[in-house]
Amino acid sequence: MTDTSDAGDAVDPAEVHHVAELVRVDLTDEEAASFAEQFTDVLSYFEALDEVPEVEDEPDLVNVMRTDEVREGLDQEEALANAPESEGGYFKGPRVS
Amino acid sequence: MAEYNAIVTEATVEGDDDGPLAGKTVAVKDNITTEGIRTTCGSAMLEEYVPPYSATVVDRLTEAGATIVGKANMDEFGMGGTTETSAWGPTKNPMDPERVPGGSSGGSAAAVAAGEADLALGSDTGGSVRNPAAFCGVVGIKPTYGLVSRYGLVAYANSLEQIGPLASTVEDAAALLDAIAGPDENDATTRSEGADSDYASAADGDVDELTVGVPTELVKGADDEVAEVFEAALVDLESRGVETVEVSLPSVEHAVQAYYVIAMSEASSNLARFDGVRYGVDGGEGNWNESFARAREEGFGAEVKRRVLLGTYALSAGYHDKYYKKAQDARAWVKRDFDEALDEADVLATPTMPVLPPKRGESLDDPLSLYLMDANTVPVNLADLPAISVPAGEAEGLPVGMQFVGPKFGEETIIRAASAVEE
Repeated sequence: MTDTSDAGDAVDPAEVHHVAELVRVDLTDEEAASFAEQFTDVLSYFEALDEVPEVEDEPDLVNVMRTDEVREGLDQEEALANAPESEGGYFKGPRVS
Repeated sequence: MAEYNAIVTEATVEGDDDGPLAGKTVAVKDNITTEGIRTTCGSAMLEEYVPPYSATVVDRLTEAGATIVGKANMDEFGMGGTTETSAWGPTKNPMDPERVPGGSSGGSAAAVAAGEADLALGSDTGGSVRNPAAFCGVVGIKPTYGLVSRYGLVAYANSLEQIGPLASTVEDAAALLDAIAGPDENDATTRSEGADSDYASAADGDVDELTVGVPTELVKGADDEVAEVFEAALVDLESRGVETVEVSLPSVEHAVQAYYVIAMSEASSNLARFDGVRYGVDGGEGNWNESFARAREEGFGAEVKRRVLLGTYALSAGYHDKYYKKAQDARAWVKRDFDEALDEADVLATPTMPVLPPKRGESLDDPLSLYLMDANTVPVNLADLPAISVPAGEAEGLPVGMQFVGPKFGEETIIRAASAVEE
């Protein structure tokens, strides 16, 4: 990825592929090419945010706490019901490395 | 039922015998979880997903006596303004089947407009209830943030979205809101204000001495034929005792950019859960990264990929301050602007959509023009405020919606104002 000073410039397909790799989405070269063009438009539209002044925000946030009590949840069968693969009561995923 | 492709999964869940919604049928947007009934979010990713529990709003519907008749079509994961990004094909607008019903709750609005359901639930992240309500000629309400539980709503952009009702009349939409509003121990962002609400009785059309603020910035962007219907509705309101004042919201020039940066950033995080292991498309063999990437390539449509990628881009090193932080500044600015305008007026009024419903296929290839269509609705989500869209008349035979925006938890006032327009 390039540094911030280049952000107004065109996005190239290699950059799109790089971001796609970060978010774990396979893209075809055609998809990356058309996204690159669209991202250039959308990001240059986002450039207008540069004109926004700094604004003090004082949200009326409150902590919402409750007692940590055991409550009924999904049982194991329900939790696994939508998994493409499970084994011995566990989700079965692909190998990590 | 299939005429407009409004309902993607037909199902019947009988409500309790009595209750305020007894005898009413409801279509539920397909991103709201229903126990034992397929919930797809309009995505191939969740084609086979059958949730083991129901959203709080679904439980409240059946407790109020309503009967659920099916799951309504939608833009994939709520991302779109026309219901054309659904993996199950576009929904047609019952007012003119060549045109889009709006989105992303297009199936919900079309089901009500076509009489396939008396009422419907949608979700509104940047206008997704009000936009299709306007395009289909029905009523839609985006509640104050925190009024309605989001437990069981498949998350897209948590800080912006609220579940909201759609109906043929303001009173019916308000009655549906009464049924679903109020605190929920499963959603810590809910507030107590809606606990014993009676919004339905606020639909009495009495607007004598109500002050309506008209934000110049949000009227000047509307197409002429839309603006004419809007102005005529204002004149009619004035004849019923309403005072109109001009107000200014200078921040809204930046609201659409801020909205998309925030929504896409939250989406990029929320949609990370779709890894093909616990549910969704199976990514198959290979290591975890390869399998995950393949599941998402197969499961997600173009608009979802576009937003998840752009959101990740906006949050990545070197760009966070430029995009995300600036968007949060813009959000604070929008909130302050609305507060100031609502000091001068009881409610604000704008055209809901600046355009008439486009024909299908007209806007899909140009994401930026699609994003700009939301100019009048997204500022309200940034400010966490309530808003309603009510049919105000027709132009070229197509419905035009009028939007009222109220102060925080000011649902009764916007419902009252809207009920005066429909009379």
